Amino acid sequence: MRNELLQKEIDKATAVLPEPVVRYIQDCSKKKNPNSHLISVLHKVQDHFGFLAKEHMDAVSILMQIPSAKVTGVASFYHFFNFTPRGKHRVSLCMGTACFVKGAGKVLDKLQDLLGIKVGETSADGLFSIDVARCVGACALAPVMIVDEKVYAGVKPDQLVKILGEYGYNPKKAKP
Amino acid sequence: MTIEKKVTLWIDGVKVTVPEKTTILQAADSININVPSLCYHPDLSVIGACRVCVVEVDGQRNPVASCSYPVAEGMKVKTSSPLLRRLRRDVVELILDNHPQDCQACVRNGTCELQKLAYDLGVRERLFEGERKRFPVDTSSPVHRNPEKCILCGRCVRVCDEVQGVHNLSVQHRGFNNVVAPAHDCKMIDSVCIHCGQCVNVCPTAAFTEQDATESVFEALSNPDLHVVVHTAPAIRATIGEGFGFRPGTPVTGKLVTALRMAGFHKVFDTNFGADLTIIEESTEFLSRVQKKERLPLITSCSPGWVNFMERFYPELIPLTSTCKSPMSMLSTLLKTYYAQQMGVDPEKIFVVAVMPCTAKKFEAKRPEHMAPWGKPYTDAVLTTRELVWMLKCLGVDFHNLEDGAFDSPLGVSSGAADIFGATGGVMEAALRTAYEKITGKELESLEFETVRGVEGVKETSIQIDGLTINIGVANGLQNAKNLLDRVASGEKQYHIIEIMACPGGCVAGGGQPYPPRGMHVLDPELGRLRAKALYSIDGSKSLRKSHENPAIELLYENFLGAPNSHLCHELLHTHYEPKTPRGVK
Repeated sequence: MRNELLQKEIDKATAVLPEPVVRYIQDCSKKKNPNSHLISVLHKVQDHFGFLAKEHMDAVSILMQIPSAKVTGVASFYHFFNFTPRGKHRVSLCMGTACFVKGAGKVLDKLQDLLGIKVGETSADGLFSIDVARCVGACALAPVMIVDEKVYAGVKPDQLVKILGEYGYNPKKAKP
Repeated sequence: MTIEKKVTLWIDGVKVTVPEKTTILQAADSININVPSLCYHPDLSVIGACRVCVVEVDGQRNPVASCSYPVAEGMKVKTSSPLLRRLRRDVVELILDNHPQDCQACVRNGTCELQKLAYDLGVRERLFEGERKRFPVDTSSPVHRNPEKCILCGRCVRVCDEVQGVHNLSVQHRGFNNVVAPAHDCKMIDSVCIHCGQCVNVCPTAAFTEQDATESVFEALSNPDLHVVVHTAPAIRATIGEGFGFRPGTPVTGKLVTALRMAGFHKVFDTNFGADLTIIEESTEFLSRVQKKERLPLITSCSPGWVNFMERFYPELIPLTSTCKSPMSMLSTLLKTYYAQQMGVDPEKIFVVAVMPCTAKKFEAKRPEHMAPWGKPYTDAVLTTRELVWMLKCLGVDFHNLEDGAFDSPLGVSSGAADIFGATGGVMEAALRTAYEKITGKELESLEFETVRGVEGVKETSIQIDGLTINIGVANGLQNAKNLLDRVASGEKQYHIIEIMACPGGCVAGGGQPYPPRGMHVLDPELGRLRAKALYSIDGSKSLRKSHENPAIELLYENFLGAPNSHLCHELLHTHYEPKTPRGVK
């Protein structure tokens, strides 16, 4: 009786998460302080899905046997974790000191305006999401914007439409 | 054996010797020096979050938090100085800056620890002002959550984790958005919350409160079409006096009855009657299982917090849990069936109010299993002890000077076995008194089963009944229950019967009980002991002390129910359970 009900929950949770993550959790459970691996497990889940959904966190809670309030408490504490699906293209704007002084703030304002979203959110058409980086170590190129893997240097607000256009930006769809 | 090392230090010039690893605050407490504190709770772990309890230590550059700072040999501590007074006041002022300024309209007005602290520390004007956090109030369940009043002391999180093992609450998000909430910031009703109300008890402010039922009761009392009856749980008579300034442990049964009559209830019955009935039904169920050697151990089902916990955390125990409804639900059901029939009253016109020490009873009353066939609950409203205290104050009842009244017949007649239901081990003792005599057919020589009495978290004993050894487990506080049940699951222990009460100490320390008077605190074992003593003294003073000898119960079976566990009994007095989601992680 006992195992049956719990096993059902575990099977359900196992189906939600990718197999390598499940295996990683199983490995962690054999280590000394299994709960201390929660953050690295969440990292792996986010790596795979691009974000943490409710069912992902609940699955982690069940497989690691950590109460779900603790899982969401940890996940919501760190800026690194996000809870909405990421866009197809991830626009990352550097807000380090140099970039900020060279006008990254204005670029961000314009970017948010063009896509109709705030930092951490995803545009309505699912194409773009905005992240803010602290310093990408390319201060000579300030302000720096990275879309997926491509780096754009010396970005000015009025260049944004053109840059986003390379990735299929359509104002009507992004901001209906 | 290791010898406990002692440390001698001076606090405010007073020499004190305490075991090492004692904190400064505990050492000060031991010589009656009261250091103001807020997040600290003597029965929970220490987090040192609020910094109200700062003290000066000679040789330390900055004041330290006395709740977490361990004593050291020769230490010289100052608990009061102009600097400390200013620091403490500033801390409280900063908390107040982020707190609604509505003390007059707050349910904790007069019992709020923050309010008291602000007064004690001399906050007389507001020096800081700024943006205040804004959160919606969660009124989805019997336990209301108002994060705007939360000061992030974390006591609720700790009681939920450490005492109840439910782990429903955690601090979510960070910085200004910090909030104590269930997983995913979901509503309490959608969480693994079991509605035990211990968070309400330990909360220093009104961030956690019970759902208010007083309005609906006042409304019913002024509705001339309704026949309004009330019944009060065993634990209420031992605690309600505290709400009116009586010392903890003062039984006030008679005054309580008179007060309820004055409040306008048409009939005042006793949940004790339901408790006696529970014992008859449960002991019959138990004996039949023992004889058939099946579905053992039997686990009691009177505590609604435990039932909620069981359905979410231990659904595999559903077959073992007694199918008996709780005394409250049994009596409420009878009021709208048996009593209605006897009185010739339309059951739909009867409004049943139950006074309970418990917030989970509010949830129980609304469970679909406890609905009458016409779609309304058998128990229309559940008041906590605190709510009833307030109602009586609102009505201007002079509780101190009331004459003693007596419960109405026949659903107010009860044995002493029912009174002790309110204390941990009480249900077990009551059941043993009846089971023993049912099995042996002989009269019990001594009615007191001392081994199941007392406020310890887990009690175990074995008794011999006619050559039969009955192994007994009693647990209060769900973390203790977990420990006991896990030992059963591992096969380490084998019991025949287990009593579980969700709240530490049993119903006398339930989530709806009065906030303790000055000098005592929630979870204080001494408080539990005093309150339980009141119940045992009532039991001891009664001549009727065994449920099966209650003449009103005998009459009920004869005239209405037939035999114990009869078909009608099952229909009216028994219930069923279901696994619930989200499932809790143990």
